[in-house]
Amino acid sequence: MTGEYETVEHDVLVIGAGGAGLRAAIEAASTGVRVGLVCKSLLGKAHTVMAEGGVAAAMGNVDDRDDWKVHFADTMRGGQYINNWRMAELHAREAGARVNELEAWGALFDRTPDGRILQRNFGGHKYPRLAHVGDRTGLEMIRTLQDHGIHQGIDIHMEVTIVALLTDGGRVCGAFGYDRERGRFHVYKAAAVVMATGGIGRAFKITSNSWEYTGDGHALAYDAGAALQDMEFVQFHPTGMIWPPSVRGILVTEGVRGEGGILKNNQGKRFMFDNIPDNYKSSTADNLEEGWKYVTGDKNSRRPPELLTRDHVARMIMREVKEGRGSPHGGVFLDIAWIKEHIPNAAEHIKRKLPSMYHQFMQLAGIDITKEAMEIGPTTHYVMGGIRVDGDTQMSTVPGLFACGEVAAGLHGANRLGGNSLSDLIVFGQRAGEHAAKFAKANKKYTIDPAQADNAARAALAPFDRTTTADGPFQVQEALQETMHANVGIVRNDADLRSALATINTLREKAANVAVRGNRNYNPGWNTALDLPSLLTVSEALTRAAIAREESRGGHFREDKPDKDPAFGTFNFVITKGADGEMQLKREQIPEMPANLKAIIEENK
Amino acid sequence: MDASSALPTENTREQTFRLWRGERDEGEFQDFKATVTDGMVVLDVVLQIQAEQANDLACRWNCKAGKCGSCSAEVNGKPKLMCMTRLDQLPANEPVTVEPMRAFPHVKDLVTDVSWNFEQKMKVAKFQPRAPDAPDGTWRMQQADVDRVQEFRKCIECFLCQDVCHVLRDHHKHDEFIGPRFITYVAALEMHPLDTADRIPALKEEHGVGFCNITKCCTEVCPEHIQITDNAIIPLKERVVDQFYDPVGKLVKIFSRRSTNT
Ligand SMILES: Cc1cc2nc3c(=O)[nH]c(=O)nc-3n(C[C@H](O)[C@H](O)[C@H](O)COP(=O)(O)OP(=O)(O)OC[C@H]3O[C@@H](n4cnc5c(N)ncnc54)[C@H](O)[C@@H]3O)c2cc1C
Ligand code: SF4
Ligand code: SF4
Ligand code: FES
Repeated sequence: MTGEYETVEHDVLVIGAGGAGLRAAIEAASTGVRVGLVCKSLLGKAHTVMAEGGVAAAMGNVDDRDDWKVHFADTMRGGQYINNWRMAELHAREAGARVNELEAWGALFDRTPDGRILQRNFGGHKYPRLAHVGDRTGLEMIRTLQDHGIHQGIDIHMEVTIVALLTDGGRVCGAFGYDRERGRFHVYKAAAVVMATGGIGRAFKITSNSWEYTGDGHALAYDAGAALQDMEFVQFHPTGMIWPPSVRGILVTEGVRGEGGILKNNQGKRFMFDNIPDNYKSSTADNLEEGWKYVTGDKNSRRPPELLTRDHVARMIMREVKEGRGSPHGGVFLDIAWIKEHIPNAAEHIKRKLPSMYHQFMQLAGIDITKEAMEIGPTTHYVMGGIRVDGDTQMSTVPGLFACGEVAAGLHGANRLGGNSLSDLIVFGQRAGEHAAKFAKANKKYTIDPAQADNAARAALAPFDRTTTADGPFQVQEALQETMHANVGIVRNDADLRSALATINTLREKAANVAVRGNRNYNPGWNTALDLPSLLTVSEALTRAAIAREESRGGHFREDKPDKDPAFGTFNFVITKGADGEMQLKREQIPEMPANLKAIIEENK
Repeated sequence: MDASSALPTENTREQTFRLWRGERDEGEFQDFKATVTDGMVVLDVVLQIQAEQANDLACRWNCKAGKCGSCSAEVNGKPKLMCMTRLDQLPANEPVTVEPMRAFPHVKDLVTDVSWNFEQKMKVAKFQPRAPDAPDGTWRMQQADVDRVQEFRKCIECFLCQDVCHVLRDHHKHDEFIGPRFITYVAALEMHPLDTADRIPALKEEHGVGFCNITKCCTEVCPEHIQITDNAIIPLKERVVDQFYDPVGKLVKIFSRRSTNT
C-alpha cells in the first residue's frame, strides 16, 4: 500500500535541520551517500537560530591556561558527574576543531586584538571559552551550516513532520511523515536515520522554546524501541523576560551576565552572594570588586556568583520571589546598565556586545537596557535528557537509529553549561553523520512493512473522523503545560509529581478524542493534534524519572529530598517501552571512568 | 517561576482583527473579535484566535522574538514581523488587518510559498576562503574587518524586503532579479575578509542588479535595520560599474576633472 504515499529513498535520512541535523547531513553527504533532510519549519528557522551567547570550545585564545581537560572537568562538574564521560571527553577534545571548521565555511566570529576568535565568559566555565558573534551566535552558526549545506547535494524536504519511524526486525529503515502545505503523506526509506529534533520545551507553560519543541524525536525513538535517559533533567534558564505578559519566557542571554550584568532583588541587594554551593566556593568571587574584575578579564579573579550554574541561579531567584523580595511582576532585576560606573561609553559597549538584547527589550518591553534594569525570571529552556546513545558513534539502542544535539542524552548529565549545546551540535552532529553513513553502507538491505505506514496514516487521519465538541488540540496542550509547569517544574515533590502523572493519563484520553476541523492543507489544529502524543510521552517520561530520583541534583530539585545523595550518583535512569506498551524505568550503572579522566577531574577540583 | 498569580492586571479591551482567509487564489478578509492588552504583539492575537476561534488558521512562527524571520506578513498594509509589532503601535479603535506577503504565491491564510527565495540563494557562488593564515589552518582577522560585513549577516531571511520591492511585487521579475535579500547576501560574501570569489559578473547578468532603481523601500521595512540600499546595493552597483564600464568611467572622471580645472 506504500504506493499511495509519495516515496523517496535515501541512504541516510536526517530528521531535523538545526545545527545538529545540518552538521550530520553535511558529514554524511561528504562520504558520498545520498542524504535526505526533513524539518518541520522552513530551513534556517530551527531553534539553533535563536541561540545567543556563544559556542563553548577550549581554544585558549583569551586565556591560554584553558585546554580540553579543563573544559572536560567543567562539563562533568556542571553535570554532577552522571554525564556520559566519553561524550564529555570527545566534546571537549573536538569542539575547537569544529568551530574552526565553521570559520572555514564562512562564519565570522568576534575577534581578539591579535585577530583570533574571541571568547567570552559564561556560567560554569572556568575560563573565557565561548566563541560568539555579539549575541546572535546561533544565527551565524545555522546560516553558515545552511549556506554550506545547500551546496553538498543534500535533498531538503522543508515543512515536513515525521510521525513514525519504520523498522524492520528491530533495525530502523525509514520514516513516515506529512507535509504541512497539503497534508500529503510521505515515506522516506533510509538505511540509517539520524534524529536531530531538539527539545521538549512546549511541555511547559513558560518557555523559551517554539511550537516545534514537542519532543517528537524522543517519542518517535521511544516508540521504535530506543531507550531514553536522564529525562528528569530539564534546564530552567534563570533569565527569561517576564513583562509584558505576552513576552513571558523569551530568553535573555546569559551573555548579559558574562558581560558584567548583575542580579538584584527589590532591595537593591546582590543576593547571589548569599549562598554559594560548596563545590564552587573556591572558584567564586566573595566580593563585588573581584566579580567585576573577573568579567573584565583579570586572570587572578574568580567569577561572580551570577555566573554559577543555571540550576542554582534559577532556584536563588525563586527564593527571592517567594520570600517577598521580588520585582513588581514576579521576578528579580538583571542590571547591565550599572557597568557605566566602571567603563566610559557603557551604552555603546552594551549595544555592541548585546545588540539583540537591546533591540528585544526596547521593542517588546519599551525598556532601554543601557539605562534601566531588566525584570527577569526563570523559563523552561533545555532538556538534558534524551535518546540514550553510544558516545563514539551516537547510535541509539536501535540499530541504524542515531541521535545528536538536544534530543540525545549524556553529554550534559544533570545540568548543561551554557554554550555547551552549540558545541554539542557540531561535535556530535559530525560524529552521527559519519557513523550513520557507515552504517548505511554496511546495512543496505531491508524491507519496508507497508502496514506500519498504513497504521501511521490511519492514526494521523483519525482526528478528522471525530465529531466530539470537547477540548480541542490547543486546549489539551495548554492543560498539559499547566500541569507540567505547576507540578514538574523547578521545585518538585513526590505528591505533585504523582498528581501530574494522573493528569497526564487523563489528558492522554482527551488527546485520543480530539477532533479537528477543516482540511489537511496547512492546518495548525490538525498539526497540533498530531504533536500531542509526543508531548504526552515525554511528559510522562519526565515525571516518572523525577519520581524515581529521590534526591536533588543539577536541574532536578526535590523539596522533599533537598540534598544530593551519593547513592544516586552512580547510575542513570533509563526508560524503554515494555512489551505491554507501558513505560519501563530502570537504573543503568555508569561505567567506570578511565584513570586518566579521573586524574583530570581531581586536578581541576 | 510562579509568582504570576499576584501580578497586576493590564488594561484589556476588545479589538477587531481582519485576517486574510482562504487558499491559493481564493480568499477574503474575515473579522475576528479578540480581547487584547497593550503589551501584546500581533502574533499573540493571531495565535489566540487560532487556539480559540479558528484552529485551522494558517500562519508561520517560531521564535516570537524577531530572530527567526518566520512570521512575516502585511499588517495594516505594511510588511512586518507579526511578533515584533506591538498593538500599542497601531490605532486602537480601528480593525487591524493582517494579510500574507503579496509578492509570493499564496498557500493558505497568512502563509505564502517562499521557496523561490531558497532557489535564488543556490544561484549565488558559495564562499571561497583564501588559504589559511596560520599553520594550524586558522585565519587572522581584525574586528574592524569583521564588523564591516556583520550588518549583512544579521539578516534573518524574513523576506520582507523581497515582498516590498516593486521589481518583484509589481513587475514580477522573479526570473531576472534576485531581489534585495540576495544582493545583501552577495554583499556579505563579496566583503567577507576571507572570500576570494568574484560574483560581480553574475550580479550584473543573472542576478539583475540593474533592475534596482534605489527606491530604498527594502531598507525601510528591514526589521534588522540593515542599510540594504546604501551599504549593500549601491557599493555593489559601483563595483559593477568599475568592472564593466571602467573605460567610460575613467573618461568621465577625466572630463569632469578638466572641466573643474578650467
Ligand atoms: C532562545 C535560546 C537561546 C539559546 N542560546 C544558547 C547559547 O547561547 N549557547 C548554546 O550552546 N545553546 C543555546 N541554546 C540551546 C541551543 O540553541 C539548542 O539546544 C540547540 O540549538 C538545539 O539544536 P538542535 O540541532 O539539537 O535542534 P534545533 O535547532 O531545535 O532543530 C530541531 C529541528 O528538528 C526539526 N523537527 C523537530 N521535530 C520534527 C519532526 N517530527 N519531523 C521533522 N522535523 C522535526 C525542527 O523542525 C528543527 O529543524 C539556546 C536555546 C534557545 C531556545
Ligand atoms: S532599493 Fe532596489 S531592491 Fe530595494 S526596494 Fe527599491 S528597487 Fe527593490
Ligand atoms: S535583509 Fe532585512 S528585510 Fe530582507 S530578508 Fe534580511 S532581515 Fe528580512
Ligand atoms: S516568530 Fe521569529 S521573527 Fe517572528
